[in-house]
Amino acid sequence: MKSRTGRFSVNRRTRTILTLILIFAFLFGIYLAGTIMSDELIQADFSQKGLKPSWEHPFGTDLLGRDMLVRTIKGLSISIVVGTVASSVSAVIALFVGVAAATGSSRLDHFINWLIDLVMGIPHTVLLILISFACGKGLRGVLIGVAVTHWTGLARLIRSEVLQIRSQQYIEVSRRLGHNSRWITIHHILPHMIPQFLIGLILMFPHAIMHESSLTFLGFGLSPEQPAIGIILSESMKYLSTGMWWLAFFPGLMLVIVVLLFDRLGENLKKIVDPYSAHE
Amino acid sequence: MRLEAKNVSFRYNERSPWILREVTVTVEEGERVGLIGPSGYGKSTLLRLMGGYLKPASGEILLDGKPLEKKGISPVQLIYQHPEKAINPRWKMKKVLEESGMFREEVMEALGIEKEWLGRYPRELSGGELQRFCVARSLFQGTHFLLADEMSTMLDVITQAQIWNLMVKEVQERNIGLLMVTHNKALAKKVCTRCIDLREQGGR
Amino acid sequence: MEKKTKEEYVHPLLEVKDLSVSFRMYDTGLEQYDLKVISNLNIDVKQGEIVAVAGSSGSGKSLLAHAVMGLLPENAATTGEMYYKGMPLIQKEKEQLRGKEIALVPQSVAYLDPSMRVGTQVLGEKPDQRKRKEQKEVFSRLHLEEHVERLYPFQLSGGMARRVLVSTALISGADLIIADEPTPGLDLEMAVEALTCFREMADEGKAVILITHDIDLAFHVADRVAVFYAGTTVEIAPSKDFREGPEALRHPYSKALWRALPQNGFVPIPGFQPYAKALPKGCLFAPRCPNRTEECEKPIPMQELRGGTVRCIHAT
Repeated sequence: MKSRTGRFSVNRRTRTILTLILIFAFLFGIYLAGTIMSDELIQADFSQKGLKPSWEHPFGTDLLGRDMLVRTIKGLSISIVVGTVASSVSAVIALFVGVAAATGSSRLDHFINWLIDLVMGIPHTVLLILISFACGKGLRGVLIGVAVTHWTGLARLIRSEVLQIRSQQYIEVSRRLGHNSRWITIHHILPHMIPQFLIGLILMFPHAIMHESSLTFLGFGLSPEQPAIGIILSESMKYLSTGMWWLAFFPGLMLVIVVLLFDRLGENLKKIVDPYSAHE
Repeated sequence: MRLEAKNVSFRYNERSPWILREVTVTVEEGERVGLIGPSGYGKSTLLRLMGGYLKPASGEILLDGKPLEKKGISPVQLIYQHPEKAINPRWKMKKVLEESGMFREEVMEALGIEKEWLGRYPRELSGGELQRFCVARSLFQGTHFLLADEMSTMLDVITQAQIWNLMVKEVQERNIGLLMVTHNKALAKKVCTRCIDLREQGGR
Repeated sequence: MEKKTKEEYVHPLLEVKDLSVSFRMYDTGLEQYDLKVISNLNIDVKQGEIVAVAGSSGSGKSLLAHAVMGLLPENAATTGEMYYKGMPLIQKEKEQLRGKEIALVPQSVAYLDPSMRVGTQVLGEKPDQRKRKEQKEVFSRLHLEEHVERLYPFQLSGGMARRVLVSTALISGADLIIADEPTPGLDLEMAVEALTCFREMADEGKAVILITHDIDLAFHVADRVAVFYAGTTVEIAPSKDFREGPEALRHPYSKALWRALPQNGFVPIPGFQPYAKALPKGCLFAPRCPNRTEECEKPIPMQELRGGTVRCIHAT
């Protein structure tokens, strides 16, 4: 309100949307860069091995003489893909399970609650390793592992939201106007779930990415040929004691930045879809 | 047609106290009945039972001698006290009106609903305006009974008079039976053809 | 507050002059607009007096309460002046005064702390013996049984909760009580009892602003009635004018309110209160007024008339 007269004053919603677009562009840029860059850029070149960060190689090079910046971007690109796919699958599972629990019989509800408790009860990493291992590791193993372990929180949230909406008077009215459960779910309940779903989806990203990296780091995820962040980090562990700090520092920092940006993306989106944000 | 509650008793579960006990109320087609009496005598509960929103613990709700159909579009419709709770906040008003699928345009005119409101969201309308939509939504082809639960308590007196005048006219024309709950004796006297005091029935 | 200087009786306890409130809202996209919800509103209340505020929803009744208490959201911009005991009232003071000298009876139970027993909440911080005694008295007056003290808010029925909220303000010891719709959901007997409590408070020297749409009840307990329409005051009149009928009233809207009461004919005027986004020029009531002329499109000031004030150039 105070800066309304200023020439460059931008209202809060505009600022939020701009931030949103910037973050999205940055993340999408990394993904694109990672896919477009040819693999030749990370061919082994022993004349360049183990170089400290310089203008030519801002992130330094590793012991095979590969440029760490390119490897990091390629790694993050894979991480983003894994994150997108795994959290989308996970969020869709959450939506179905949550709605089913809230609208189905009480028996189904009990079963789903039990399942959620079960999945949440087992330590995340253990479950991830088991599933990824059982599905043959690699990209597929990681995707399935992350997807089937991350839906629980969102499912619980959606279940309680649906229950809350189902107790509204307009649902009662709708029933007496001759509409069945399915019609009510599609027309009244699901539209209310869209914001929850989107925010839940985006806030799941950082978790998915972190878990993918840690899984790979531990050797149960992506195969060593792939330039994944987890692989880079686990390789660098061997050389940390020799003083080659840049091998772990830059990739690690970039991973943290990407994770934080996804978090900001979710929080900003939350502000926009919040019904009260029309008042400022 | 006739809507009746026959020896109806109700409580939420076996341990909670009785809210209604052996209550019998009959509303004929074209009749306007007022339910009066202090709060706590289960007036609203009786309305919800008669509309089929709750199931009685004992006794029965009969429409023309037959139990109310559970499924399908109901000829008995309830209008709530707070219109903003009875309308999906994410729906445009046009969709709200058409939810029954049997909506007739002339009802809109009869209730003084402006065409321009149809494109708005509920939050852009006042309580009185929303309540008109709730009434209009319930007055589709095939409505035989209207139950009004303190429907004008939250409205100002001019809107209250506007809505009730329009509604009484509509109900008379279509020979619909009306059962209303109110605390306002003067209002009941103006609107109703007869009044029932639940204290004289088997309330608590 | 035991000793009252003479001056305090001369000044109104609370005086609101030309208050306007607008909200900055987002339109469909990124465009913003100002929604003027209160325009040039005037009201004052003296010690020992109940002023009832009547008007339909959207007439700015509740917003007035929030403006006085300093509870408006961030996107609200206010202009105009407010005086409490003759001193200008600004946000910082409102925050200090609220709950102590100015008490609000809110509209809904949602304002109670759900995790605190009713009794503890009603007493507030550091209750003394006198307060406890008072609480027992107020509770029994409002037909709240003794065990209610030990209940949590979710265990209260609608009517009970309403009475608990009323009792909170009665016990608080505030000089100014603003009651926002204290009666809906109460049956007649209870409503009258609650209003009688306010009457007694006023007779003890407190000032009460009673926001209500139960106008027939209001003008039996209040001293004066302020009629709001579309966010402005259209008339302030002694309650006896409302008891007498339309001839004693000044503004065409007040007359219409009177005639729409079920006991007075039940005849409504047609039309609707204008939406805050599309307010008419000049007199806000003009589009529905039978006496409107071209003059009505100019700004209309409040004027004194027969012991009351009215915002109408045709009033006699």
